[in-house]
Amino acid sequence: MTRQYIGWRTASHVIMALLSLACLLPFVLLFTSSVTDADTIVKEGYTFVPSKLSFAAYDYLFANSKTVIHAYGITILTTVIGTTASLLMTSMLAYPLSRKDLPGGMVIAFIVFFTLLFNGGLVPTYMIYTQMFDIQNTFLAQVIPWLLMNGFNVLLMRAFFMNSIPVPVLESASIDGAGEFTIYYKIVLQLSLPILATIGLFQALAYWNDWNNGLVFITEARLFNLQNVLNKIMSDIEFLTSSASMGAGSVAAQLPSETFRMAIAVVGIVPILIAYPFFQKYFVKGLTIGAVKG
Amino acid sequence: MEIKTTRRKRIHLRRFLPLYLMMIPGLLYLLINNYLPMFGLSIAFKNVNYAQGIWGSDWVGISNFEYLFRTTDAYIITRNTLLYNAVFIVLGLTIAIAIAILLNEIRSKMARGFYQSVILLPYLISMILVSYLVYALLSPQSGFMNKTILPMFGLDPISWYLESKYWPYILTIVHIWKGAGYSCIVFLAAIIGIDREYYEAAELDGATKWMQIRKITLPMITPIITMLALLGIGRIFYSDFGLFYQVPMNSGALYETTNVIDTYVFRGLLQIGDIGMSAAAGFYQSLVGFVLVLVSNYIVRRFDKDNALF
Repeated sequence: MTRQYIGWRTASHVIMALLSLACLLPFVLLFTSSVTDADTIVKEGYTFVPSKLSFAAYDYLFANSKTVIHAYGITILTTVIGTTASLLMTSMLAYPLSRKDLPGGMVIAFIVFFTLLFNGGLVPTYMIYTQMFDIQNTFLAQVIPWLLMNGFNVLLMRAFFMNSIPVPVLESASIDGAGEFTIYYKIVLQLSLPILATIGLFQALAYWNDWNNGLVFITEARLFNLQNVLNKIMSDIEFLTSSASMGAGSVAAQLPSETFRMAIAVVGIVPILIAYPFFQKYFVKGLTIGAVKG
Repeated sequence: MEIKTTRRKRIHLRRFLPLYLMMIPGLLYLLINNYLPMFGLSIAFKNVNYAQGIWGSDWVGISNFEYLFRTTDAYIITRNTLLYNAVFIVLGLTIAIAIAILLNEIRSKMARGFYQSVILLPYLISMILVSYLVYALLSPQSGFMNKTILPMFGLDPISWYLESKYWPYILTIVHIWKGAGYSCIVFLAAIIGIDREYYEAAELDGATKWMQIRKITLPMITPIITMLALLGIGRIFYSDFGLFYQVPMNSGALYETTNVIDTYVFRGLLQIGDIGMSAAAGFYQSLVGFVLVLVSNYIVRRFDKDNALF
């Protein structure tokens, strides 16, 4: 009996350890490849234990770091602005919908819900944003299309408001003369930190990782976020030096292209790896809420 | 009487006015981002002309669709989209359930938390970064496969980005690598929720672990498996654009096995400039997708009302 259990447990550990390795090793390979000597790459390829190390790719990257730093700036700016605006809009739509006494509330909730079932897709959305709103090659194109708010989060937040904000609290505040905006700000938001944190985290991740808006709406390098730069470098390895509009490209150093690709990807991954342990707990919790509800 | 109700209505309105005002930004956004594009689907029946704009272009009936379905592309993208999704649903669910069961066997909270965090890691990074990781493995000149793995077995290097026959496997592996950690969390939550007493009783009766999994764990989580499978089927006409566009690096030689409806629509609109076909394919996707969501939800409802979306 116990032997069987120990067997299962050991097997579980072994398999899970192997799967964990499978998840981690590509990252390790990326890192070791980025510090491999350029000539060694030609002989050995990308490898876990390069016979000769070199930081040439990083030197090159630092010498041409303007574009990357600028792109990080765009990424951080869109993430902060986008997530804040998103939380405000989502909660301001979700709170009235959570009020059972709101006339027409059910109809509006359905309007929100219907967006989960049916959508126009890429072509009409592109046409609307470019032709009616002329959004291409503006900063707003990184923030607004697709990402800013979605019906699913509105309904998730509405459910949270309904379940965890006691109606008597709202009523007594109203009797004390508080206006709806005061109630929303002073009571609803304060009592809803868990859901705000969860949805905020997912929104922030969505903005941080987004490349689609840049790919569809942006052609000017000055508006590229980090993912767009990475995307561009994949097909155009000279991009950092060729984007002269950024004032880069003064350094004529030899481009170690194969290792450079890996180095720039490392630069893209490291912030997420550093932040992950801090938000990991909320992330797992949030996934469970979202998945069970959805 | 008449005056009384109108006055009450006015008081009513004044009381709720701030709430309606609060909803304006969100509703406006849904109008622009979601509802206008729904009406914009009509563009599939037009001859798109940028000068006349989306609403002003001339109607051409179903000729865009006639062109689309006359090409072999229509068949290929439909086939690819459906087959990939079918494989993703079956394999994805199976592997996620297996991982959840294994994780549940691990009693040490620390070890379990560690494994869970690690297998979730791929879910966190963007498809662009995934395409770099895949490139490190598959790069024709310096990739780990061509330089280390294949020579180990005495095999010749392969031009991965030019040979379409390998990509169904590659994309499936990448999809599962990126998504398994996410989907196993749902199952793990469900398994943890199962009452321990069932297992204790089974142990007393001498049931093996394997029997416990088959007779207790799996039946208990069947509702969730069904629900997730049906949700997947509801979305079987949509695919992860990044997976099919970024990971194969938009390589033309691979379209046979990597082109799906989403990538076809994107290339038609932004690279080839064939907006009519692109709009027709997008319309086809939206419409069939909508019908499938309704049908799969109808089926979920028949199984279990609580799990239905509506």
